[in-house]
Amino acid sequence: MKLPLVEYEAPKTVPEAVELLAEYQDEASVLAGGQSLIPLLALRLAHPAVLIDINGIAELSGVSAADGWVAIGAMTREYVAEESETIADAVPLLAAALPLIGHEAIRSRGTIGGSLAHADPAAELPAVARALDAEFVVCGPSGARVVPAAEWFEGYLTTSRRPDELLTEVRFPAAGRGTGISFQEVTRRHGDFAIVGLAASLTLSAGAISDARLAFAGLSDVPVRAGDAEDLLVGERPSAELFDEAARRATDDIDPPADLHGSAEYRRKVAAALVRRGLRAAADNAGERQ
Amino acid sequence: MDITLRVNGAACTGSPEARKTLADFLRDDLNLTGTHLGCEHGVCGACTVIVDGRAVRSCLMLAVQAAGSEVTTVEGLAPDGGLGTLQQAMWDSHSFQCGFCTPGFVMQAVAFLGDHPDADEQQIREALSGNICRCTGYQSIIDGVLLAAERNREH
Repeated sequence: MKLPLVEYEAPKTVPEAVELLAEYQDEASVLAGGQSLIPLLALRLAHPAVLIDINGIAELSGVSAADGWVAIGAMTREYVAEESETIADAVPLLAAALPLIGHEAIRSRGTIGGSLAHADPAAELPAVARALDAEFVVCGPSGARVVPAAEWFEGYLTTSRRPDELLTEVRFPAAGRGTGISFQEVTRRHGDFAIVGLAASLTLSAGAISDARLAFAGLSDVPVRAGDAEDLLVGERPSAELFDEAARRATDDIDPPADLHGSAEYRRKVAAALVRRGLRAAADNAGERQ
Repeated sequence: MDITLRVNGAACTGSPEARKTLADFLRDDLNLTGTHLGCEHGVCGACTVIVDGRAVRSCLMLAVQAAGSEVTTVEGLAPDGGLGTLQQAMWDSHSFQCGFCTPGFVMQAVAFLGDHPDADEQQIREALSGNICRCTGYQSIIDGVLLAAERNREH
């Protein structure tokens, strides 16, 4: 369908954008890559009074590394991140997830900040951000604040960004030596949202797991960490039996949604299989990165 | 809003409403109806065009966002009446059935082969995975793109 009537603003700076957000509040939608927002408009699932297009704000694009963190501007396009050597080296879990987002033409326009602000719980980037404890920098009328990933995702397509705030940057911790990663997902068709997805990261020190991170996509209205399984893994040496037990713990008390694409029971089985696969792949990858 | 952009090498101006997509601007304002609209919400890939060197879905971009950009549509691929290398290779491989999805496939494949001249079949399948052919003639489409890649390498 054609898009509904909507006003359009194209600020050139972050303060200008924040001023517009402060003026329009809930009536405004921020337009970044548009790969989720424009379909929502076309389908009349969103009907903002005004679009605040941030594509012209040059300072919002770019990837930089400092002090053990990689900072990615919110308007950085997914294909740019996909081609970034900094991200490939320092945030390999993000690099593994990026090619799985939609299709090539979607990644031409789609942005890192757009996907994370849209917060689709079945999308890849929210699971990666939650697994790695990414930090979200938002700017509002009273300045900037930093929101940890655990507090960013509040519900289905809902974040803790206030209506007068703009997401400007997302920071990911750089992976150290011995950290191996894997992004696993099961989709109905290539490029679709995940029925279940898993972001996995394991750090090995002297053969034992010193850090474990598991975050699911598609199992809830927000990306969810498998804390019990992570606790089990830390201090142990990788083995098939350990990973089987981690898969049990990670899926014991989950309550996945059921829909046309899979029952709750199916999702639970897929989730357990992905934990086993993801941990095996992450452990192998960690061995290669010693 | 007044905009100026380049489409198929020529400077164009227009005054689209903010809500008008690039796809509708190309078709309705510039009469470039080679760009087809299937789903109009970013699922089918029929409206794929090349903007500043990248394949994009023109139904998921506002016309006003293309201001200052270089846009290539299927009409811009070959001189009048002729066929580009990819188009000829797809013709020779019987890659077209009803033809509705064709412009999207062609633009996606042109953009991809431009960046990946040595692409193998698996990479081509991956690159075209976002385009839907309801006649399901995928095999002959892949054959055509592979043939074009081969011909490009010979020249």
